Amino acid sequence: MNTHVKIPSTDLSRRSFLVGSAATGLVLGYAAVPGIDQALAAPSAFEPSVWYSIGPDGLVTVTCGKADMGQHIASTMAQIVSEELGSSWKDMRVQLASNDPKFNDPVLGAQITGGSWSTMMNFDAMSRAGAAGRIALTEAAAGIMGVPVGELVVRNSTVSHPKSKKSMSFADIVKSGKITKKFTPDELKAIKLKTPDQYTMVGVSVPQLDIPPKINGTAKYGIDVMLPGMVYGKVITPPVRFGATVKSVDDAAAKKVPGFIKAITLDDKTGSTSGWVVAVANTYANAKKAADALKITYDNGPNAKLSSQSLIDEAKRLQALDDSGQFFVKDGDTAAAFGTAAKVMEAEYTTSINIHAPLEPMNATAEFKGDILHIYSGNQFATRSGAIAAGAAGIDPKFVVMHQMWLGGGFGRRLDADMMVPAVQAAKAVGKPVKVIYSRENDMTMDYSRPLTFQKVKAGLDGDGKLVALNHDVVSAWPTQRWGIPDFLTPSVDKKGPLDSFTVNGADFFYTVPNHNVRAIKNEMAHNATPSGQLRSVAPGWTFWAVESMIDELAHAAGQDPAQYRIAMLDGKGKNDGGAQRLRNTLLAAMGMAGYGTTKLPKGEGMGVACVSSQERATASWTACVAHVAVSPSGEVKVKKLTVATDVGMQVHPDNIRAQVEGAALWGLSLAMYEKATLKDGGIEQTNFDTYTPLRMSQTPEVAVNVIANGDKPTGVGEPAVTVIAPALGNAIFNACGARIRALPITAEAVKASMKA
Amino acid sequence: MPNLNINGRNMSVEASNDTPLLWVIREQLQMTGTKFGCGAGLCGACTVHLNGEAVRSCQTLVSEAAGKKITTIEGLSAKGDHPLQKAWILEQVPQCGYCQSGQIMQAASLLSKNSNPTKDEVVAHMDGNLCRCMTYSRIQKAIMRAASEMRTASNAGTERRAT
Repeated sequence: MNTHVKIPSTDLSRRSFLVGSAATGLVLGYAAVPGIDQALAAPSAFEPSVWYSIGPDGLVTVTCGKADMGQHIASTMAQIVSEELGSSWKDMRVQLASNDPKFNDPVLGAQITGGSWSTMMNFDAMSRAGAAGRIALTEAAAGIMGVPVGELVVRNSTVSHPKSKKSMSFADIVKSGKITKKFTPDELKAIKLKTPDQYTMVGVSVPQLDIPPKINGTAKYGIDVMLPGMVYGKVITPPVRFGATVKSVDDAAAKKVPGFIKAITLDDKTGSTSGWVVAVANTYANAKKAADALKITYDNGPNAKLSSQSLIDEAKRLQALDDSGQFFVKDGDTAAAFGTAAKVMEAEYTTSINIHAPLEPMNATAEFKGDILHIYSGNQFATRSGAIAAGAAGIDPKFVVMHQMWLGGGFGRRLDADMMVPAVQAAKAVGKPVKVIYSRENDMTMDYSRPLTFQKVKAGLDGDGKLVALNHDVVSAWPTQRWGIPDFLTPSVDKKGPLDSFTVNGADFFYTVPNHNVRAIKNEMAHNATPSGQLRSVAPGWTFWAVESMIDELAHAAGQDPAQYRIAMLDGKGKNDGGAQRLRNTLLAAMGMAGYGTTKLPKGEGMGVACVSSQERATASWTACVAHVAVSPSGEVKVKKLTVATDVGMQVHPDNIRAQVEGAALWGLSLAMYEKATLKDGGIEQTNFDTYTPLRMSQTPEVAVNVIANGDKPTGVGEPAVTVIAPALGNAIFNACGARIRALPITAEAVKASMKA
Repeated sequence: MPNLNINGRNMSVEASNDTPLLWVIREQLQMTGTKFGCGAGLCGACTVHLNGEAVRSCQTLVSEAAGKKITTIEGLSAKGDHPLQKAWILEQVPQCGYCQSGQIMQAASLLSKNSNPTKDEVVAHMDGNLCRCMTYSRIQKAIMRAASEMRTASNAGTERRAT
């Protein structure tokens, strides 16, 4: 699917992001700092880089090339720029970038937002952009004031000369038109940046710039776009998730709906949708009425008989085959080690299909203006989504302008581009701008969901209970392979071709295990029937469920405390040096905060631990959780408290980190206990929030967050805490009542059934 | 053509009587602070006030709203300075922000009747409003902060009258 969609070569030429060896996951190269060719054009505004400009009023407007879906990344970029620039926070503004390649991520070489990568990969570029501006402003001010540049001080958007008590505001300097300094790439790289002890903005919880418009209704999301002459589209989706074709459309009844314009059957050569029709009318309410009135017949295609059980059965069949899949990790000789192990244990872990369900349903507005196709939508992957929109229109991607909007939730859902197709083809068919809005039912049943996963883990212990061999098979749809972009795939260590490492990341953990295999097995049936996507935290959301549950099972089998068992394996030997010690410390921090092992808990209560190196091994934040639960005799689990410690290297915005970690932890809880989607007759059964039920306020436990920041490079915070919660809960439930749960989501019935008699 | 009273202004809209109020507010009046989330009264993103009561505008027909006082997030306060809006900024509540208009409108209908709610009362009143970013603890804190400020303001008013 989608393999014919090519990312424009202009974008690829700047791509310095390549997937490295399987063991390290992503190799993160550093590209040339963008924007060096942007000289200050007119004296009216000063643009030291593509990333910001300073107006004659002194306002600094930062252009954010990342999608802002609530992680406040635009504000964070402004904060990093402001640190080195020396501007006052009250002068900072943000705007969202178009898909112009000049706004591509400096490390990734494309416009894509995910992986908790944004701060870590943009910190240096934004710092240098800020510093370049400060140097240029200072040199100009020195010339105007007639003083040596070395005697000037920059603070609060003002350049001052303490000796003479002269000073100029940034606004005055910009208005003077005397800024002449330019930077070559080498000069930019050579700028000496501040050291952390000199920071005055980084590390401060400044008010987020995007919050005021979000409390008075003025923030504009994709769904809020209004264009002159615009009409509305409502999609009608088939009963199966994928593979249907439209046989006939009868619009006789729809034609009686006032304002109805046309029903368009999509001709989707991008492979993003199958069997969709869009009803266009003068209002959304009328488009919905018309959609309801259309009589459509379908050929439901090859997946029409499949269910969740079919996908699990197929996964088990594939896992049992010796030649399935490709190796992501192959250390030592597990077969030999199992032969000499004192004890061998096996367990199977599953996770259900999960739906992103951001609260803003998918939408896009398309408008053809001359040769240019304008798209208005909140999207996490403008580079690819622009290409999909072009593919839907039958034009070259260079003629597509993507107008980024605030995202009413992303969570990975808006990495995909299916919503472009109905908007583009409807706009083309009716000759007017069209805003397509999915109903919640469209949004849920056509989600690029978190795939159903099946994992089998086999472990060998020596006579002391030490883990000496581990085989870990992961069977799932391959969400990232679906994109058709080779750079996102990883070579397998057994040279059997590229694998989708976004299905196995996390399985390459930081425990020292001498013999260790991880096999990535593609479930082709699931891949075709339930095209999957990246859901907040992606693979570590299931791999750590298996790993951290199994480690607990092994500790109990060895008669050891599960936390101490982990600490012993986090010895920092070989390739694990550094990471293992940081992970150990977060575990100790979480244990200390939660009072792990310090008090005897009442009957039916238990604490469980887990620790994770999410997202990827190369981009980890070190995160541990102690979950405290109470389990009733009927199997009902009450989460009393989640204690999370995370090592993020450096904190740009401490309050935001706490907000993100808490939100991520609650996502982890929601996925672990409250969210389950199922496939029946090829279709997703859950259609709205009555049957697909994310966490609500009444289900929210206390979450204690402890952030460790020792001055290393900043790491990601939006996702890692999602992944640590489910195994910590499962382990806590075991400690509370002896029930070992191996399937997500956790249900009272499963807990009761697994309780020791 | 129904006549609506929205945020203190009378407006005539072109919509059949069975049109959900939500879409009239968003599309015809172009007040987009009120959000579409589920179309089934399950998420609360579209919450507005009808004669001071919080209702789901996706489940309210325009005919049911005619003749009543409709308040949206744009009309909750003159300058976006309702105690809840101020508290939402002080507690830095929103992440993506999409649900927050509905959260604030839902909370406002509680505080207009009860400026000293218990935590349980807040949870019971707010449980129908989903926040997919899971900002629930900050929403609770902001409601408590706003309630406290409203009580202080009210006490100050009482004292002034007394002197």
